Amino acid sequence: MIKYLTCALKWVDDRFPLTATWKAHLSEYYAPKNFNFWYYFGSLALLVLVMQIVTGIFLTMHYKPDADLAFYSVETTIMRDVWGGWFIRYLHSTGASMFFIVVYLHMFRGLLYGSHRNPRELIWLFGVGIFLCLMGEAFFGYLLPWGQMSYWGAQVIVNLFGAIPFIGPDVAEWLRGDYLVSDATLNRFFAFHVIALPLVLLGLVAAHVLALHEVGSNNPDGVEIKKYKDPNTGIPLDGIPFHPYYTVKDIVGVVVFLMVFAAVVFFAPEMGGYFLEANNFVPANPMQTPAHIAPVWYFTPYYSILRAVPPMFNSQFPGVVAMGASVLIFAALPWLDRSPVKSIRYRGAQYKGWLTAFVISILVLGYLGTVPSNVWGQFDKDIFILGGADRATVLARVMMVVYFLFFILMPWYTKIDKTKPVPERVTG
Amino acid sequence: MMKKLFLLLSLLLPLAAQANEEMHLDKAPINTSDQASLQRGAKYFVNYCLNCHSAQAMRYNRLTEIGLTEDEIKANLMFPAEKIGETMQVGMKPADAKAWFGVAPPDLSVEERVRGADWLYTYLRGFYRDETRPSGWNNTVFANVAMPHVLWDLQGEQQLKVTKAKDADGKEVETHELVLVKPGTMTPVEYNAMVADLVNYLAFMAEPAKATRQNLGIIALLVLGILFLLAYALKKEFWKDVH
Repeated sequence: MIKYLTCALKWVDDRFPLTATWKAHLSEYYAPKNFNFWYYFGSLALLVLVMQIVTGIFLTMHYKPDADLAFYSVETTIMRDVWGGWFIRYLHSTGASMFFIVVYLHMFRGLLYGSHRNPRELIWLFGVGIFLCLMGEAFFGYLLPWGQMSYWGAQVIVNLFGAIPFIGPDVAEWLRGDYLVSDATLNRFFAFHVIALPLVLLGLVAAHVLALHEVGSNNPDGVEIKKYKDPNTGIPLDGIPFHPYYTVKDIVGVVVFLMVFAAVVFFAPEMGGYFLEANNFVPANPMQTPAHIAPVWYFTPYYSILRAVPPMFNSQFPGVVAMGASVLIFAALPWLDRSPVKSIRYRGAQYKGWLTAFVISILVLGYLGTVPSNVWGQFDKDIFILGGADRATVLARVMMVVYFLFFILMPWYTKIDKTKPVPERVTG
Repeated sequence: MMKKLFLLLSLLLPLAAQANEEMHLDKAPINTSDQASLQRGAKYFVNYCLNCHSAQAMRYNRLTEIGLTEDEIKANLMFPAEKIGETMQVGMKPADAKAWFGVAPPDLSVEERVRGADWLYTYLRGFYRDETRPSGWNNTVFANVAMPHVLWDLQGEQQLKVTKAKDADGKEVETHELVLVKPGTMTPVEYNAMVADLVNYLAFMAEPAKATRQNLGIIALLVLGILFLLAYALKKEFWKDVH
């Protein structure tokens, strides 16, 4: 039996690099032995991607991208008539939020240990591309259930393009395919969601992983394990083969992650209105604008920034630019960071302080994006400058400044930061 | 740096405390595993709501899940429908409805997921007489609602009593209280129980698979728990030789 299998494998290997690929990316890909908790989220992101694709395929079999049919193709057909349809739908809707949780933690890992630094700038850039794609997927996909929040969320976001000077209104109309969000919009968003963006996403993920395996993984100490190799074998002294060591370790992470995932899917699929908004159980109604339009939680920090910037010259455009910049600025990170060390373990108080401030700013902006901007009322009329302004808006502005200063001041504060000596090899 | 941040955060706390006060809602005493209550609720829904409100995601045969047989459903609950697999539709045309009420009555299939059970429970008990409204009715949780009080002969007529008083700081405070001025055919206790049954049914109808979902969830977590032990043991075994 083994003889025949070996023979078959040789036949394939003569024609396709099967064994070579297995070795290069798994059994002879040497990863640092000191990965910690933060290193689970890369493989988990890959898992969620696969889950979204598989559940998405089954949803596509029953979903109708038609303004008259979409809402009830979800609520009647998928949620009730299709055997296990509710399960597939909740997996997909929960998967969207979990994807962002995993990706945000994965990105934070980068900030902690300097995974974006030389020689991993391209990995980071592919990652930013994946992040943008993911945001597109989430935005296009959110229109599909055709509820009130789907509809008005899409209306608000497409209108942002309308704020671009001169060409804006034409661009917005071109995106919608109509004068307002309608059947035409639903159909094209469906096309983007199920085929266009997933193709780009898969390509970028492949590039992200290939680039990673070219230079090798970073680690919590931020030192290069390729510096010290066994003179006989050429294997990094602090490296262990990804398979089986990290495959078995990641399985533990996967099971724990699935427990959290299952807890949401089976016991709290709406997650208190954060994963599935209550107003989205109302069919889309172009004649009735909801009192409060809030994006899903993963977009709220950027939405807060959009709202925080006041209109200038009668145009919302500056806010749109700020929101765009708040996402795209991540791409500049490898070149903004001038610290001689990569890992937070050896950085000084400056970086630690700024990173803390940055995380707080994202959390506060994220919260403020879920509530109306007048949620805390206004300052008293007679207060200098602030008089009459929405308290929440003022706080959002302060937090927005903190958010951007984290990036803009980075070249200076990372340079003057008092760093600690970095060990030659990983510390376990 | 950190100290400044904490200072900033501590400044935020009093702001958070001033966040908008939510409207008071009564807790709905519902239990979607109480089949007798669900069956009564289904009866009330079909008799009182389904004349104007459709539930087009809900098929009649789904009522077998609350302990009814197909024959019982056909005999007692299916007035406008012919086949047991049909969805709950109404005869009224949306255009007519709009002309009569000013707004087409919303479909109630997933209404409980929009408003929540507590809102529905408070709403259906919150109608009061208001002669300034075209329908003659107003509501404490849904101001100027277009729907008249369909259950008025059961509940009777309520009036909104507004009392103004000064609180400890000398500020004027308004309290609103519903007073039953003309009793209906049910006592307040009976009426509350009836509304609870109805809301219970609306909660069931909004997600009939909910009970299945939660039961499967327990099994799924148990299986994953066992899988975790195996995966952890496997990892420990493999990592023995990594130092």
